[in-house]
Amino acid sequence: MTIRNATDPQTLPGRQRGRSRKPGGRRLARLLTNPSGLAGLAIVTLHLVLACFGPLIVPYDFAFQDPSAVLQPPSLAHWFGTDLLGRDVLTRTILGGREAMLICTIATAIAMLWGGILGISLALIGGWIDNIVMRIADALMAMPWILFVMVFVAALGTGTTALVPILGVSYGLSVVYLARSAALEFVTKDFVLAAQARGQRRHTIVFKELLPNVRDSLAVQTAMQWSWMILGVSSLSYLGFGVPPPAPDWGLMIADARGIMSAAPWTAVFPIIALSSLVIGTNLAFDAAAKTLGVDRNSRAAGR
Amino acid sequence: MSRPILFRIERLTIAGGDRRGVTAPIVDDLSLSVESGAALGIAGESGCGKSTLLLAMMGVVKSGLRHQSGHCLFDGVDLLRCDEVEAGRLRGGRIALIPQNAGLALTPNIRIGDQIAEVLRLHTDLPQSAHRARVEELLRQVRLPMPGSLGRRFPHELSGGQLQRVGIAMALAGEPDLLLLDEPTTGLDVTTQLGILGLLADLRRDRGMAMICVSHDLGVIATLCDHVAIMYAGRLIETGPTRTILRNPAHPYSRALLAAIPRISTARIPSSIAGRPPAPDQPLPGCRFAPRCAHVMADCHAGIAELAPQGHDQWVACRHPQLDTRETQPEAANQQNPLAAEAPPLVDISGLAVTYRRRHVLDRLLHRAPARKAVESLSLTLHRGEILGLVGESGSGKSTILRAISGLWPVLDGQITFAGTVDLTMPVTQRERQILRRIQLIFQNPDASLNPRQTIRDILAQPLELYFNLSRREVTERAQALLMDVRLDAGYLDRLPGDLSGGERQRVAIARAFAADPDVILCDEITSALDVSVQASILQLIRDLAVKRNVACLFVSHDLAVVQALAHRIAVLYRGRLMEVGPARSICTAPRHPYTRALLAAVLEPDMQPGRDMVGAMRDDDDIVSHGCVYAGRCLSRLERCASAMPQWSGFAEGHPACCHLLADTGIPLAMP
Repeated sequence: MTIRNATDPQTLPGRQRGRSRKPGGRRLARLLTNPSGLAGLAIVTLHLVLACFGPLIVPYDFAFQDPSAVLQPPSLAHWFGTDLLGRDVLTRTILGGREAMLICTIATAIAMLWGGILGISLALIGGWIDNIVMRIADALMAMPWILFVMVFVAALGTGTTALVPILGVSYGLSVVYLARSAALEFVTKDFVLAAQARGQRRHTIVFKELLPNVRDSLAVQTAMQWSWMILGVSSLSYLGFGVPPPAPDWGLMIADARGIMSAAPWTAVFPIIALSSLVIGTNLAFDAAAKTLGVDRNSRAAGR
Repeated sequence: MSRPILFRIERLTIAGGDRRGVTAPIVDDLSLSVESGAALGIAGESGCGKSTLLLAMMGVVKSGLRHQSGHCLFDGVDLLRCDEVEAGRLRGGRIALIPQNAGLALTPNIRIGDQIAEVLRLHTDLPQSAHRARVEELLRQVRLPMPGSLGRRFPHELSGGQLQRVGIAMALAGEPDLLLLDEPTTGLDVTTQLGILGLLADLRRDRGMAMICVSHDLGVIATLCDHVAIMYAGRLIETGPTRTILRNPAHPYSRALLAAIPRISTARIPSSIAGRPPAPDQPLPGCRFAPRCAHVMADCHAGIAELAPQGHDQWVACRHPQLDTRETQPEAANQQNPLAAEAPPLVDISGLAVTYRRRHVLDRLLHRAPARKAVESLSLTLHRGEILGLVGESGSGKSTILRAISGLWPVLDGQITFAGTVDLTMPVTQRERQILRRIQLIFQNPDASLNPRQTIRDILAQPLELYFNLSRREVTERAQALLMDVRLDAGYLDRLPGDLSGGERQRVAIARAFAADPDVILCDEITSALDVSVQASILQLIRDLAVKRNVACLFVSHDLAVVQALAHRIAVLYRGRLMEVGPARSICTAPRHPYTRALLAAVLEPDMQPGRDMVGAMRDDDDIVSHGCVYAGRCLSRLERCASAMPQWSGFAEGHPACCHLLADTGIPLAMP
């Protein structure tokens, strides 16, 4: 709302149709008009709801083994069939993403925090410090990710408490690249120069001048990272370095089903559908989000 | 006057619109015609629909816009209705566009000769073998140096003025009958601009081309065109012969637009137009200029005034055209330098040298001298309460000086002293906060200098919190007071810069600088990104604030006309060296350096005499190696020893020294042409 100053005739009247400060509502509305974005959002929402309320709706206990019903094909009693140990595949599929999603969410937050701050700071500092840190990052990125993680898993062990910091650190590395390249666009802008000329401290420039400009693209890119991380955790579980059995996990389930895939395809198909639909759904939703936020998706560093 | 009509627009309406429907018109029921060989200038502020109109003349309607009704007839062909093939044949062939920034319009990784040859291939019957010769001929016609080899260069190897000439050559390649010019010289230096305009005028005379030139600068239009159409909010509001319109504008908007141009002859800050053009969808039943009009009457709101003949061949869309000759404006006291010259200077620069590039560690270790200095042996003083104008072309080191003073750029040599004792040669990180506070910088482009994600409140709070440790409530109070000082109301506090117009944004940037309660304000081309109509109000604001707060102001600009309107003293800079320093009035009336004279001659004023020599202001043998005066290569009054011996400063007695052999020899200032 504009308060006019009537006494000063030279006061310029503000524009009448003031725009709201954060047009988030309109952006969400635009996201909902995009069909693929809407589909993605629906898939992700379904997954989140199942992850949250899964334990309340599953028909069986995930560890309950029924020796009389081993490798049953899908039926009314077991909609998705049973596995080699007679466990209900539906139950394990519904619950199979919980652990991975929890790990990835916390790890993404960690990655975003340190990677984002380090990346923006490096863009601002520049010079030889930037050069040295980025070359170290290059060297670490050159290592195959799975080897990188396995070294740490070997040292710290498996399980949620070990996986969260490992993933948070290893994925933060690519966030450094993302944040740095996003911030580089702004460090040469006059408003940063103006802040430097004022004598603003470096952390003020990082948090007040650069972060608000980088935030959108960083958020979208990092959400994409989350879906890559889900795949990563599942791969680790598949290899036996991730979520330890008997916990239900898509990666573990696919690993267990590997030998019997031709005889009992349902043991592999359902976790695979669950995993890929989550990854695809996330990608669709955040692609649309990136478009509405005006973030260039192609500028993201190579996903792992 | 009975030449055939080449191009005609009939009742053209282009409106914003998409699948859901059509909204407000951008170009509204507009008609105009151009005879073959004639030149029409279309003037108006930004946001008046000029660019949309120009694109429509090429037969292009941008996405998001819709051609609603009317015709765009080129030699009988309706460009907005004919098929793409035919329009494509005309575009670049018989109708050619010279874009605002040819440097951006050229493909960076294709040699310019090949880019011109592509036009030849598409629009002429010339055999492939003749292309090279023709390209060379075209480059010669636009007076580019070394036309034989220039075609093999890439766009980044050329200067802005040269690129603009390449753009012209490309347009000429298709042998056009009609040349469309979109702000052809905006962004170029005044001296370069003069060369381009001279070239265009000659080309038009020699080839008999028609031209339509869109510009916000009436000076450019006056130089180039014989007819003017003034455009406001999508409609023409006045048309007629250039001389008539510029001498006797009848529409209040035309008069205001003309009055906003700074003129050397009057030496005061021109008047500005309050407000800004209405948004296309703003409901205004009557004359769309009425809200900003100084002569508005009750019936102005009743309905739109149509173009009606006025006098001989002038057409005006106004119910109450102003018929008297120029209004007399109150003469503002301008050129009185308030300072006592004996008072010690606030900023004292002596022997300053600055390089373009930061020195590499290796260079420092090996004591290697830096390759080229952006600024060399520069001495200048700035007193409290004084506005010092610093004039020079792009690349003359103006901004570098400001950055050196504010500590953003390392000083290679020399002293900068502030308030008698404080050393300013150290970088910004080593300065005390209170010293930083006392020197504030305002940038050229408010789009870049204001963080797009911060509200105006956040922007103004930054210096207030940093320097004064205020509470939140105090910050808001101070921010409101600051907005009031720059004549914006408190309702702006919670907006983002993107919601503001260019002029409003620059006001916010000024408010941010004054928030620190500084002693010195450094202004880096602060009006060059703004419309003429807004520029005047920004100049007035700087003047008022500088006087009110008694600060020293170093005002940098490439435009001598702007600087002289504001400054008490002017320093003229060429390639990092001062040429002349003196009181503003005496610089403009009795320049002592040939370069200042060239700059003065390059100032375009709309009511100056046409037909003057537009090329002679400067020589072009820029490549000459000079061990003496840096200006020797372009100087028209060059002496033998100018290229070998460094000239000395002389003329201190009159308080108007210059660095020129001529002055030192004779002691007589150059006469104005």
